[in-house]
Amino acid sequence: MSETPTPDGVQASDVAEGPPIDLPPSISGVEPVRSVRTPIRLEYDFIPSSAAQQYLRAYASKRILGNRSPVDGAVFVPPRGVDPRNGVVADEMVDLADTGHVGSFCITHLPIPGRKDLPVPYVSAWIHLDGADIGFLGLVAGCEAADVRIGMRVRAVWKPDAELGATAENVLHWEPTGDPDVPVDEAGNRAWAVKQAAKRGGDGA
Amino acid sequence: MTDQDVSGLPPLRADLVIEYPFIRTTGPVVGAFLTGLREGVLVGIRRADGTVMVPPAEYDPVTSEPLNEVVEVSSTGSIVSWTWVDPPRPGSPWETPHGLALVLLDGADTPMLHGVLVDSPGEMATGLRVEAVWNAERVGHITDLAGFAPVADAAVEG
Repeated sequence: MSETPTPDGVQASDVAEGPPIDLPPSISGVEPVRSVRTPIRLEYDFIPSSAAQQYLRAYASKRILGNRSPVDGAVFVPPRGVDPRNGVVADEMVDLADTGHVGSFCITHLPIPGRKDLPVPYVSAWIHLDGADIGFLGLVAGCEAADVRIGMRVRAVWKPDAELGATAENVLHWEPTGDPDVPVDEAGNRAWAVKQAAKRGGDGA
Repeated sequence: MTDQDVSGLPPLRADLVIEYPFIRTTGPVVGAFLTGLREGVLVGIRRADGTVMVPPAEYDPVTSEPLNEVVEVSSTGSIVSWTWVDPPRPGSPWETPHGLALVLLDGADTPMLHGVLVDSPGEMATGLRVEAVWNAERVGHITDLAGFAPVADAAVEG
């Protein structure tokens, strides 16, 4: 039992233990239950929206579609048919490159139960495609996890053509292109602010 | 050409599953309830006013005082209110239609929710005397208690 004092002088053991629990004879002297499995599971039938249907069917032929906002031209991927910032329909489809940069990322060292196909450590990242103004989620591979960085240029590694389908799983991962990084100050979600500032400057405002 | 014409194509659909395999630690009070289930006894916790809550809670719901006196209650009690479940939903502990009741165990002051193992709603009644039916293999989980069944030849109360 640790007696490490907490900052206000209270013993850690006092905080952790609380009052002793009195047990009836029937459950005294037996190994107490200390944990319980409480799995939750939701099965559901997913029917994509019209915009997502177009996106998935294009994705099956290695095209990535986004929606352009009619308000300020921001491009969203995957397309949802709306500009959620302005509450307006955004049904203009835009073809995006399968190259971009890492906007932000996370290295995961704990395996996900049931995902033996995802050995640790793995790197998940917000991939900011060239031509898009928000990121979308992907895995980064083809380099050491420790070498992944904000602004790193990446390209899609697609599944073999025979395995492509109208699913979200056509890109195996994103790999470094080796091109010079996007500066950190212009990477990820900062790119939109940089673009807006450039537009204001270009207008001579 | 950017438009992806999907008119005339059947809508895409997918059967998806979200699953989290949680394991949670119980603490000593909820742990005592689960230990009781494994041992085939039902326990509650005594409040400052002397009443007994089943299942036990770690803190008094009115005064917020920590509670620490775990007490055994009877495995027999009375149905306070009930409904009929037909059919059980996927993932239910029960595979056949069954009652779902608030059962006030003898020695307890709050009722607990569990299944009632009868064949038809005609066998259910408020005030019906029921007793716990235990599974032979018990691991310290609420499903160690298979449910409640009517006490043979018992009079209906209330």
